[in-house]
Amino acid sequence: MMHFLLLFSRQGKLRLQKWFTPIPEREKKKIVRDMTTMVLGRKPRSCNFLHWKDLKIVYKKYASLYFCCGLDAEENELLALEVLHRYVELLDKYFGNVCELDIIFNFEKAYFILDEFLLGGEVQETSKQVVSRSIEASDMLQEAEVDNSDYDLELGWP
Amino acid sequence: MSPSVRLQEMIRVIRGARTQGEERGVIQRECAAIRAQFRQADNGTRSHNLAKLLYVHMLGYPAHFGQMECVRLIASPRYNEKRVGYLGAMMLLDEKQDASLLITNSIKNDLSHSSQYVQSLALCTLGCMGSAEMCRDLAPEIDRLLRASNSYIKKKAALCAVHIVRKVPELGELFTPASRSLLSEKNHGVLHGAVVLITELCERNPDTLEQFRKAVPELVQIMKGLVMSGYSPEHNVAGISDPFLQVRILRLLRILGRNNDTASDAVNDLLAQVATNTDSSKTAGSAVLYETVLTVMDIKSESGLRVLAVNILGRFLLNNDRNIRYISMTSLQKIVQTDHNAVQRHRGTIVDCLKDQDASVKRRALELSLALVSAVNIRSLMKELLLFLSSCPPELRAHTTSGIFNAAERYAPSQRWHIDTILHVLTTAGGDVRDETVPNLIQLITTATELHCYTVHKLYRALVTDISVQSLVQVACWCIGEYGDLLLRGECEETESVQVAEDDVLDALETVLQSHMSSPATRGFALTATMKLSTRITHNVDRIRSIVSIYGSCIDVELQQRAVEYNALFKKYDHMRAAVLERMPVIDKSSPGHTNGESTGGSIKDMEPTKRTQEVVLPQEPANQVCDLLDLLGGSGEPPQPSPALSTTALGPVSSTAGGDLLDLLGGLDVTPVPPSVIVYEKNGVTLKLQTDKQTDTGMTITLTATNSTDRDITSLTLQAAVPKSVQLQMKAPSGDVIPAHGLGQVTQTVLLNNPNKVSLKMRVRVCYTSQDVVCQDTVQIDSFPSPAW
Repeated sequence: MMHFLLLFSRQGKLRLQKWFTPIPEREKKKIVRDMTTMVLGRKPRSCNFLHWKDLKIVYKKYASLYFCCGLDAEENELLALEVLHRYVELLDKYFGNVCELDIIFNFEKAYFILDEFLLGGEVQETSKQVVSRSIEASDMLQEAEVDNSDYDLELGWP
Repeated sequence: MSPSVRLQEMIRVIRGARTQGEERGVIQRECAAIRAQFRQADNGTRSHNLAKLLYVHMLGYPAHFGQMECVRLIASPRYNEKRVGYLGAMMLLDEKQDASLLITNSIKNDLSHSSQYVQSLALCTLGCMGSAEMCRDLAPEIDRLLRASNSYIKKKAALCAVHIVRKVPELGELFTPASRSLLSEKNHGVLHGAVVLITELCERNPDTLEQFRKAVPELVQIMKGLVMSGYSPEHNVAGISDPFLQVRILRLLRILGRNNDTASDAVNDLLAQVATNTDSSKTAGSAVLYETVLTVMDIKSESGLRVLAVNILGRFLLNNDRNIRYISMTSLQKIVQTDHNAVQRHRGTIVDCLKDQDASVKRRALELSLALVSAVNIRSLMKELLLFLSSCPPELRAHTTSGIFNAAERYAPSQRWHIDTILHVLTTAGGDVRDETVPNLIQLITTATELHCYTVHKLYRALVTDISVQSLVQVACWCIGEYGDLLLRGECEETESVQVAEDDVLDALETVLQSHMSSPATRGFALTATMKLSTRITHNVDRIRSIVSIYGSCIDVELQQRAVEYNALFKKYDHMRAAVLERMPVIDKSSPGHTNGESTGGSIKDMEPTKRTQEVVLPQEPANQVCDLLDLLGGSGEPPQPSPALSTTALGPVSSTAGGDLLDLLGGLDVTPVPPSVIVYEKNGVTLKLQTDKQTDTGMTITLTATNSTDRDITSLTLQAAVPKSVQLQMKAPSGDVIPAHGLGQVTQTVLLNNPNKVSLKMRVRVCYTSQDVVCQDTVQIDSFPSPAW
């Protein structure tokens, strides 16, 4: 299973963190620090796999964002690369040519998409279209509620 | 209270902060506003306030005051509030927080909600952060959803069940029946979830594993369908149909087929099919092939299939993609022991990977290369390893050197090759070798007796070139000291002869002594070597004398001690110098003398620096007697006197070292009335008598007296004694070493024996002397001692 998934920028700023195992807050911060240091310290043409404690770390750089996940020792690293790639594709489909700013200003959407793709550290849906359709449907449900709501306040969703 | 800004506005403001302090200020203001809003009644802004809080949390600021808000939002009937609430729960609440229990009821309700998207939220949250308590509470619900719902919910319920089983393994039995039936689903998401769930159940429960072995044919069918099916737009990734599902099925088959012949047989064909039909030009295909290879190697597959798998790994080694090369090597490492020959076929490619740019790849290649060393390929492989050593990254050097040494030790085709290899390593990476390398190499050199000349020439050349590598310099100094005569002789069959002058050699050693690069241990080696050369060279002994005396006032205590002792060797004990500095016997690696044995009495002069543990070599006992006699040496403050012949540069009698010892009184016993003594040796006119001066429960003092009845003086008399292991021996200085002729005088020597364990006392005495220009040596065994005089 995947233990965690982190997205961080070239400067080490965290853009998304998903934890699939219960870890104390301090421990999480330490792991984030370790991951950013390790991954950002890699040379440009190194291989995408690392070892850290008893976990396999798989990371990939997409534009200015590093996608980094920690896996159990028996996981298939090449497949993990595919998982990361699939997530990027989903984000891309949703935002249309996704860039880091999209993920910064719409971080909760990034989480919602992730929650339709992974559950409990495992892949829950292997079809891109099904995931995208679910997200769209959820969004429509949300908007329908907003339209029907009595409130004048703009709630700030795009 | 300032009006709260919208979420995106807040993000913009935070990002616009120019300093950390400014950012903190903005966030503090916002958090205060959010807290105030939370305390108010429901005003429709709760969800986006929580969203703001979650953003702040991601930046690393505390957000625990939002926990209760999450609970409230989850209980809200509105979907958008639930959505944010559940997101907050997953981010802020983990099972260690008390508030997490409060959401159990909400989750339970939402699991049966009419909207599948609400159900999905509940399932996702439970599967992400559900505690053992919550899992136990909600497991029956999940089981229900596994059986009767649409595929959207079923797939999530399956993974939720996986989480439950991980948290509470006993609940696995609850899900087993449902998971079995899920295998017949057509929906890939559900199928994937089912396979993951079954894998988890089988890993935790051997009975369940046994049960699911019956499902192997079904799994094989599904897999075949995926592999042989045409293009499926919904699941296609780079020409592979649903690689995620394929990999999971392969992993499940691996677990089911492990240690089971029937199951393994059933999947043999499938694996061969997957291996041959999968296109591995992209990562997706390679991932499937990789999993296939792992499965083949782990179950009881037939040998043809195993060879196929290893060949796939070999092909991976040639792939342009660094990742694929890396995982190929990790897999090869796992199987190199069991399928050694198959992996050997790819040795060439593996060795090429030593030259890869990537450090991880290099490390893997090094591990594999070392694992592939065998008697057959040692020469060629060692060349590659030595080449690698000269350019390898610093963090790998120590590992490489120790690997090379191990390989050389196990498979060296000849001693010369072995020595050459070690020297090469020392010259290239001498700073990264283990400490034991120096004594090991010295031991190796001493055993290679025919190569002494070659070795010392080579080492001398290395020393002259560069004295920065301590290990190399130490070995070189030792060899030059030991075999300096061979070096100066000039001719050597193995290498071109070079005329080396005595001054050159002394210059080299002096450079080492004086260089600031040399460590104290190295300087010790150099000083001892210089001293040893005093008996191996002819012209420059005075130069050595002066070097040694200079170091008598060296600040380094170790060097000073050595210099002082060597000085004494020059002055007072010059007649013994040659014997002391004689050539060392071959060091046997496992002999007791190989390590520092107990040195009884006095400062035994080491032939080698004391820093290493295996230097003190004691001459071996020639005949094997009952009692395991350990040392033939004794003497307080005297250098050891090894067999055989001493130098015949006879000097005047050595005055006994008085030292004010109480027992020295017994040394002059020869003038008092003669107590009963026993003749222990009589030959060539030399008679040796033994008398016991004093005897206690735990020891005795004896005196050996030697007399001479021949016409000529007996010269160079030495007596050496050996006793059983637990007995301690101390030989006092003899009264002289010349026995006057015609019985006109005698030589006496007192021996103190300490026998704490009260073993039966035996003693062996070796008598050496020169009689009528003939060197004689005899050994006598003394089994009983006369009783003392009183």
